[in-house]
Amino acid sequence: MNYHTPESFEDAAAIAAAATGTTRFLAGGTDVLVQLRTDLVTPDDLIDIKHIPGVKQITRREDGGWRIGAAVAGAEMTETAALCADWPGLVEGMDLVGSTQVQGRATLVGNLCNGSPAADGVPGMIAAGCTVTVIGPEGAREVAVEEIPAGPGKTTLDRGEVITGVNIPPRGAHGGDAYLRFIPRTEMDIAVVGCAVNLRVDGATITHARVVLGAVAPTVRLVPEAGEAIAGTTLDSAALDRLARAASAACHPIDDKRGTIEFRTHVAGVLAKRAATIAYSRAKGDQA
Amino acid sequence: MTRRLHVSTTLNGDAVDFLCDPRETLLDCLRDHLGATGAKEGCGTGDCGACSVTLDGRLVCSCLVLGVEAEGKEIGTIEGMADGETLHPLQRKFIEHAALQCGICTPGILIAAKNLLDRNPDPTETEVRYWLAGNLCRCTGYDKIVRAVMDAASELREAS
Amino acid sequence: MALDGQKTAYTYIGTTPDRPDGLDKVTGRARYGADISLPGMLHGAVVRSPHAHAKILKIDTSKAMALDGVKAVITRADFPDGLEGEDWNLQENCMAGDKALYDGHAVAAVAATSPLIARDAAKLIEVAYEPLPHVTDVDAAMAEGAPVIREGAADFSVPDGLHPNVVRYFDSGRGDLEQGFAEADLVIEKSFTTEAAHQGYIEPQACLGQMGGDGRGELWVTTQGHWFVRRMCAAILGTEATGLRVTPSEIGGGFGGKTTVFIEPLSLALSRKAGGKPVKMGMTRSEVLRATGPTASASMDIKMGMTKDGRITAASGTFRMQGGAFPGAPVDVTTMLAFGNYDIAHVRQVGYDVLANRPKQAAYRAPGAPMAAFATESVLDELCRQLHLDPIDTRLKNAAREGTRATFGPKYGPIGLVETLEAAKAHPNYRQPLGPNQGRGVASGYWMNWGGETSASVAISEDGSITVSIGTPDIGGSRASMALMAAEAFGVPYENVRVNISDTGALGVNEPTHGSRATYASGLATIRAAEDCITKLCKRAADKWEIDAEAVTWEDGCAKPSGPNAGDFPPMPIAEIAAEMGETGGPISGHFEGTPAGFSGSFGTHVVDVEVDPETGRTTILRYLVVQDAGKAIHPAYVEGQFQGGAVQGIGWTLNEEYIYGEDGRLQNAGFLDYRIPVASDLPMIDTVIVEVPNPGHPYGVRGVGETGITPPLPAIANAVREATGKRLCDLPLRPSRVLAAIRGKG
Repeated sequence: MNYHTPESFEDAAAIAAAATGTTRFLAGGTDVLVQLRTDLVTPDDLIDIKHIPGVKQITRREDGGWRIGAAVAGAEMTETAALCADWPGLVEGMDLVGSTQVQGRATLVGNLCNGSPAADGVPGMIAAGCTVTVIGPEGAREVAVEEIPAGPGKTTLDRGEVITGVNIPPRGAHGGDAYLRFIPRTEMDIAVVGCAVNLRVDGATITHARVVLGAVAPTVRLVPEAGEAIAGTTLDSAALDRLARAASAACHPIDDKRGTIEFRTHVAGVLAKRAATIAYSRAKGDQA
Repeated sequence: MTRRLHVSTTLNGDAVDFLCDPRETLLDCLRDHLGATGAKEGCGTGDCGACSVTLDGRLVCSCLVLGVEAEGKEIGTIEGMADGETLHPLQRKFIEHAALQCGICTPGILIAAKNLLDRNPDPTETEVRYWLAGNLCRCTGYDKIVRAVMDAASELREAS
Repeated sequence: MALDGQKTAYTYIGTTPDRPDGLDKVTGRARYGADISLPGMLHGAVVRSPHAHAKILKIDTSKAMALDGVKAVITRADFPDGLEGEDWNLQENCMAGDKALYDGHAVAAVAATSPLIARDAAKLIEVAYEPLPHVTDVDAAMAEGAPVIREGAADFSVPDGLHPNVVRYFDSGRGDLEQGFAEADLVIEKSFTTEAAHQGYIEPQACLGQMGGDGRGELWVTTQGHWFVRRMCAAILGTEATGLRVTPSEIGGGFGGKTTVFIEPLSLALSRKAGGKPVKMGMTRSEVLRATGPTASASMDIKMGMTKDGRITAASGTFRMQGGAFPGAPVDVTTMLAFGNYDIAHVRQVGYDVLANRPKQAAYRAPGAPMAAFATESVLDELCRQLHLDPIDTRLKNAAREGTRATFGPKYGPIGLVETLEAAKAHPNYRQPLGPNQGRGVASGYWMNWGGETSASVAISEDGSITVSIGTPDIGGSRASMALMAAEAFGVPYENVRVNISDTGALGVNEPTHGSRATYASGLATIRAAEDCITKLCKRAADKWEIDAEAVTWEDGCAKPSGPNAGDFPPMPIAEIAAEMGETGGPISGHFEGTPAGFSGSFGTHVVDVEVDPETGRTTILRYLVVQDAGKAIHPAYVEGQFQGGAVQGIGWTLNEEYIYGEDGRLQNAGFLDYRIPVASDLPMIDTVIVEVPNPGHPYGVRGVGETGITPPLPAIANAVREATGKRLCDLPLRPSRVLAAIRGKG
């Protein structure tokens, strides 16, 4: 295994593009090292991006949005109060990944690139409408987060492409988000179902909502019908029931060691209702 | 065989260096190359916390860090927790409260607990439990561990 | 001097001093299995079967041997033939012969100059398999047409006509079941299953073995019992037991799982083949889960009858257990303990030990007891609910007590079940109001405890301080308990005693720290060895005073004349006798060798409150109370620790822990990510009450306390979930999907 420490994303992309064997980028390493240890993947070339200037930075942009560098650890996001105030759901999602120790290393971009349909950090990003900046042999481009996952363990990134950071839109007025997941224990598990909701209100009425489900399909999935089910409502019980039905209807889960199809489908609806209720309360400015 | 790389780092305040295969974890390097066997391997996959150390003050699982990533960093392990003969209050409270049975998880839990108290001198029981959720203990049921951490926090607050 | 009768007033017993090994264990200095290195050391790795059941056609080691740094490769061909019985089982389990019998079964091992080279070399060993049909479920394994794991494995106990996978059969009982059930006002019959659980010790198996061509060697190993390791390794390798000296490391948890061998004989065989270089081996967590010894899984049918006023009239149970591809599932114990809490006139227990393509089971805390308790205490709870009876009062009405003839035969001596029930009833937790979706569950359980072969030595140092040498590894503070008992026996301060865990070369045979025996048996041995020593100390004083030895008594660490007739001498402290011992007859030490048989069971009663989320089926433990009889708590803090730890392991087994095998017979959750043991945030504080009904078979009244705690949680939680949801869950674990399906009427 060759270990590389490029000092620019262009160099990182070039190393990856030139490599002939298995390549992995190393940021937090909380997935890469597990795969290495369990003999799932032993990269021929491991490209550590942490020597690239700016990768550990959280930046508030002029438009009020945020830029999260590719190597920012979850704990660093949680410790940024203004980010938590803007996007509590997105930050909570990342914060649920692994233990305190894992939070010291794991990154939002890594959580996305690992390609897990159960990634806790991803639904919140998609609900928020985040994009990522991708650098590759063809130059840089900005891609919506929902376009990155391609299936379990797979992304749409080409060989030699690397994500440099996440762009979070401005929170704006009267918005709120939330993320909930179901796990058997209270910590340390992979989501059996995850659900992020991001919405905006005008008075008591929801003007616009994005609902995203995790672990119920081959990729994290934006469910427009679920958002539509509560748009224009005051999140009354009928709207919540419609939301739950739309969320459950969007599920195409598998039976596996972590949950059954029936369970995941049902709980997706339950979590959608609960997450929407929290997001709605935050959007209205209620005490969280 | 992969070429071994030279790593210079700081362990509990002392400058140290070692040669390692880039596949070796920081935990491997601590235990096999630096003689610091206080950090334990319970799982090798970041699920048990027995290998907890600090890296530039940040709590991490040393099994989820490569040895080569330690270049230029400061590593803190259980071997550096006491001040000479004087135990850290957490270490003392763990003995007093019988917060260890077999003791294999103890170094990792002490490192994690100290990292918590460094950041939050007055944690609630719930905060202690969630902070330590990544440190598995199979002997104690956590009761006496949580009590020892709370008691040490209280003593540290009184002393400051 | 001998202690006649039991002591009741204590100076040191019942106090909670710092454990002697505490400092090493909070500073990282304590040396566990993987913490030792030796000059010239090699590193081992194991090749394991990816198949649940397969013929091994060919093993090609040539590519591995050709790798730079590889020093030895072993297969079954490197072990002697002709072993029989359990020795053969152990050898076959440590290294597969003609067939791989489960996913993870070792088929070859390699030693190399670094861990990474050993791992790389293991990947280069090519094994040709012919996969065979497999079975992992106990009921499927004894059904007609199930793949036969091994012909001829059944012993004499198995009746004709059963599947060859049934290898042992147990049938016991008394009275007239038909009459007993006829006397009942309500009879309930239900079937139950429990999945295999793993001990989940945080320290994986690890050892460092060295053996020469002469069969002599050394082994450093994390184990509960190094004499067991010595005997097993010698048998598997065909060497003489005494040729191997086994030194126990500090042990990072065992719970029964470290009472046998897996990689230890491999490290010695590799060392022998590599010219005697030491070979270090350690398991990964995945190897631990796939290829050490989880407990058995069980399938059980229970029938119990009760009168309207709560008297159990009859009980019968059929228990089927698979313990992997070898005989040994603890169903014999299950049949003994199933109804052992109660005084029942008409009772029958039938047990089947069944082979399946899973790893060879090992002991796990009260082996066999929790499954039985889950089934029987669930049915008892259901009887109480349907007859509107209080679960504690009903248990009190039927509780076994001193003089009750146990369902498995003998009469109980003094036992503490009634006392634990009364204490549980009096505890505030039993009266806490419950909210919506909450429920309270009660269950009792016990473990009969054990004595076993024991030897211990006590030696006096020149300054009068005391060394106690015992042979049971300290897995949870037992050095402190031994030091307390020695301090009490000698009447010297706790700090003046040092307790060593001796290697196999320094003491006679000792059974492991298992069966809840260490504090009982090694404790008794320590006290008896101390008494032996005291007799000699008294003799030295008597000689000096020129009086009869019988005229000297021992009190508060001093020899004293036993009365005015013995003469008027000032007390002679231990330090004074010790300082002169070179001139007065040489070193002074005391010994005990024996098989203490006065052990007595420890009963416990647990009360748990849960809340079940009706929309997700997730169960949260709100409150937990353990009440258990310790006989006499030597170091109460570590007794509480045993109660709490046992309860939490039981909580894990009940809610989330399980072995999950795929259709392919491979283990799907071989890691702590998906083998979900409880984490700190899952739990409340675990409340404890120590009941003390002294055991007359121990000088200070000790009962073992280690195992009982894991037995009541399974039924207690299921009973609480019953109250919270109205649903009786009969299959463990109570995973959320299962509970939700029951709530939604699909369970």
